[in-house]
Amino acid sequence: MVTFKINGQVVKAPEGTTILEAAKKMGIEIPTFCYDSRLKPHGTCRICVVEVEKAKSLQAACSTPIAEGMSIWTESEPVVEARKEILNLLLSNHPLDCLTCDKSGNCTLQALCQKYNITGSTHQGQKSRYERDESNPFYYVDLNKCILCRKCVLVCSELQCSDAIGVADRGFASHITPPFEKDIEHSNCVSCGNCVAVCPTGALVPKRKEKFSYGEVQIVQTTCPYCGVGCQMELLVKNNKVVEVRPVFAKPNDGLLCVKGRFGFNFINHPDRLKKPLIKKNGTFVEATWEEAYQIIVDKIKEIKEKYGSDALAGLASARCTNEENYLMQKLFRAVIRTNNIDHCARLCHASTVAGLATTLGSGAMTNSIAEVLDADVIFVTGSNTTETHPVIGAKIRQAIRHNGAKLIVAEPRRIDLAKDADVFLQIKPGTNVALMNGLMSVILEEGLYDEDFIRNRTENFSELKKIITAFSAEKAAEICDVDVQDIRKAARIYAAGEKGAIYYAMGITQHSTGTQHVMSISNLALLCGNIGKEGVGVNPLRGQNNVQGACDMGALPNVYPGYQKVNSPEVQEKFEKAWGFKLSPNAGLTLPEMLEKAENNELKLLYIMGENPLVSDPDINHVRKALENLDFLVVQDIFLTETAQLADVILPAVSFAEKDGTFTNTERRVQLIQKAIKPIGDAKPDWVILMEIMDRLGYKKEYLHPSEIMEEIAAVTPQYGGINYFRIKQEGGLQWPCPTKDHPGTKYLHQGHFTRGKALFMAVDYQQPAENADEDYPLILTTGRILYQYHTRTMTGRVEGLNKKAPESYIEIHPETANKHKIEDGEIIRVISRRGAIFTKARVVDIVNKNIVFMPFHYAEGAANVLTNNTLDENCKIPELKVCAVKIEKIEI
Amino acid sequence: MSCNCQCSTDKKNDPRFQQLDEIIKQHKEQAGSLIPVLHKAQGIFGYLPEEVQIYIAEGLNVPLSEVYGVVSFYSLFTTVPRGKYVINVCLGTACYVKGSGRIMENLKKELGISVGETTEDGLFTLEGCRCIGACGLAPVLTVNDQVHGRLTEDDVPRLIRLYKLKEEQAS
Repeated sequence: MVTFKINGQVVKAPEGTTILEAAKKMGIEIPTFCYDSRLKPHGTCRICVVEVEKAKSLQAACSTPIAEGMSIWTESEPVVEARKEILNLLLSNHPLDCLTCDKSGNCTLQALCQKYNITGSTHQGQKSRYERDESNPFYYVDLNKCILCRKCVLVCSELQCSDAIGVADRGFASHITPPFEKDIEHSNCVSCGNCVAVCPTGALVPKRKEKFSYGEVQIVQTTCPYCGVGCQMELLVKNNKVVEVRPVFAKPNDGLLCVKGRFGFNFINHPDRLKKPLIKKNGTFVEATWEEAYQIIVDKIKEIKEKYGSDALAGLASARCTNEENYLMQKLFRAVIRTNNIDHCARLCHASTVAGLATTLGSGAMTNSIAEVLDADVIFVTGSNTTETHPVIGAKIRQAIRHNGAKLIVAEPRRIDLAKDADVFLQIKPGTNVALMNGLMSVILEEGLYDEDFIRNRTENFSELKKIITAFSAEKAAEICDVDVQDIRKAARIYAAGEKGAIYYAMGITQHSTGTQHVMSISNLALLCGNIGKEGVGVNPLRGQNNVQGACDMGALPNVYPGYQKVNSPEVQEKFEKAWGFKLSPNAGLTLPEMLEKAENNELKLLYIMGENPLVSDPDINHVRKALENLDFLVVQDIFLTETAQLADVILPAVSFAEKDGTFTNTERRVQLIQKAIKPIGDAKPDWVILMEIMDRLGYKKEYLHPSEIMEEIAAVTPQYGGINYFRIKQEGGLQWPCPTKDHPGTKYLHQGHFTRGKALFMAVDYQQPAENADEDYPLILTTGRILYQYHTRTMTGRVEGLNKKAPESYIEIHPETANKHKIEDGEIIRVISRRGAIFTKARVVDIVNKNIVFMPFHYAEGAANVLTNNTLDENCKIPELKVCAVKIEKIEI
Repeated sequence: MSCNCQCSTDKKNDPRFQQLDEIIKQHKEQAGSLIPVLHKAQGIFGYLPEEVQIYIAEGLNVPLSEVYGVVSFYSLFTTVPRGKYVINVCLGTACYVKGSGRIMENLKKELGISVGETTEDGLFTLEGCRCIGACGLAPVLTVNDQVHGRLTEDDVPRLIRLYKLKEEQAS
């Protein structure tokens, strides 16, 4: 500890603390422009200068460490003089248009001029005359207001790791620009807006639809409604409209957001929002009162239940809705309707993770935390285009490489953006991950690189694994995956040599007819090298949607109650019967694909869909449509009239995340709050209210005044959530389950000391081919995925102008040679055909896919990739093989 | 990332890019190698066009924004093609006192270009520089690596004729 004085006050602080940090701790404010706690101090702006007694000159507080006996003055006369002069100089080349400047009220330069009473510059000199760069749809760049603090450049290169902008030229001509003076739109910019968030002046400002000033907005902290990262953000609200979104400096995102979270909020107040319940009469929707809509639904539920039994009804809960709502949805079906026919779209994304990891480790969730990616020294990304689908985690992976020298292995069918950061990039054939993992393990076994102690003490069934792996080889893997065997060897050595090897994967692993095996083989690899149960390692499935983890936790699955407690266990059944006061069904319910199948066979009569759009998201859409049309009664509860909602008999208007309270559980098991920022649009109601009111009308009288009361009930029946309540979540910035008791701090990483299932289980698996392979008729393999600028079925992002400008339409990526063979030009509309259907889409000729592979994003209803995809299921967990199907392409002859 | 065009194959066959490959290989793992590589690249290409900067950024695994920042910062680097003969007039104190300002004016007149520009025939580029450490010869100018000292403004036409003659003989 170092003893020193600030403004005459004696204090102690640990060695290495900077003057700025020490002052901040004491509540003494030192002004800054260029400082950002996440960056190394770079001392560019000098506004933080302080007087240090006996020092020759004023010192920059941000970069000067405290020393024993130091005496510091933060607002002495020379300090104030210096700061005034700096402001005076800055203003000599800064437009004084604060009255109309969008940044006014949120501008550090303005605030400091106010503080030091500077009204203008006394210096006369050259003025910058830059044209405003309006090319980006989400923000503009006005270099005339730039004070060259370089924070934007450093955030872009060191935190976001996009390197879109830099400082060019020198002296007075110095300015921030993308390379070669191009506009922002023609740079590497990914529109994350993280530079905009830190700009201390009006140089980088979000474009506005509504005029507002920062003084007149209310600010509400909430959780991002898009992917599973669960970024914390603030909604700025004026007149019941969300007018801007800003990142929050908290876990898990540390002040970073991606383009969707930051700029994709215009759907909230969009005119297309459903405002009244709709009832289909003679084929058209007619507005109705809530009472009318409820009456029809309740009558139908009763009628069908009576006529065909409870199992003729099913519900789809939603990974977009809160924990409380998912809990009520499954309770409605289990307790009130009395069937376990409840599922949701996790079936399509991580059902295989839940099944696979529950078998091998005992718990099917991300083992480690997002922040721990920075502790890893080897990162293995496979089946995930992380920088596009989980952008903030993608940025953190790059930070680990740039700042900590972590090594990166990428195994993907496409040369994704992360591939260029990789030490080894394996461009594998889609669906061959099991072969790759087995190949990697064979090298590790052959060369004795495995963790013997870990295997002996913490795992079982190693001999089984050894048998299968020794019968396999790296050469065989190379042949199956279509990669160089030396690269497999190199990757194996890198992964095994790492002290902390962390695997990140997503749907490239899970969405296969052998998805569960894929997940198990990843678990095998991690166990083999002892990479589970400590900080910075793990098997980390990246969950796709904001609350898909929570929806699973809440038991929106046909075989488990909340907390993964099995429905077919008599003790569990008894526990819930007691808790809910109803007789419950002992039989596991239908999975999502099974529901559709039964609907097609007339066995399922009523389906209640909350916040999902299977008519775009599910494989083989033609089949989905047939199934939904065959239902006796379809209820859809959503915020927009989705493709699926159009088939409904009754549509219930729900509210968006901005209009209600609740919790989402992110991919790292962190339960976080969403908070009501605006009043519901029209007559829309929060999903939990709708469900409560329907349950009430079905005879289950229980009134919750607030979602926090539902959470109390959840905590009482869900061991992992036992110690979680709203007060703690707010106090502690989210809580990571398992958190069994009120005094439990939550769990940063799983399986410390022992596995959830005791010892971890090696599950040796052989490689099996995908259900459909390329052949003469359908010579290409189609793989699908997500892109940065759209989200899922575009219900939300499709209503954000800027995002649509960035990614307006469906396309297919084709290798130049393949395109050439079919005489297809880049940008041409072509026909893509599979055994299940045909679509028109735009050709994008690129060499990031191999010759026999094509790729399509699945977001678009027009030219929908899922018309083509295969609905063959994984036997274990019923996940369809969305990632591999055989197609052919055709030029359209005119 | 490679682009869609065929430029990558063209570059493979271009002896200048082959030479650049060698240089990048030599410097790849060294810290602070960007400036020497840019310097040598300018030696090969005569200037640093976009495609060369991109090539170096990818080769050294340095962000393009950093490469561009460095190139635009140092006056030594140029992004426009330069003449075959780069005339650098020393405008340091000693030379200036001895009349290098007048020499510069005469060069401008004689060549019909301003400082930083290149003649239409691509022969001459006119630059000014600070002290080159040859004050004993003041006023001096350099033409590429050749130093000319103790000049007066009347020497300018002769000097230009000299290099034009050289060029004629060479062709």
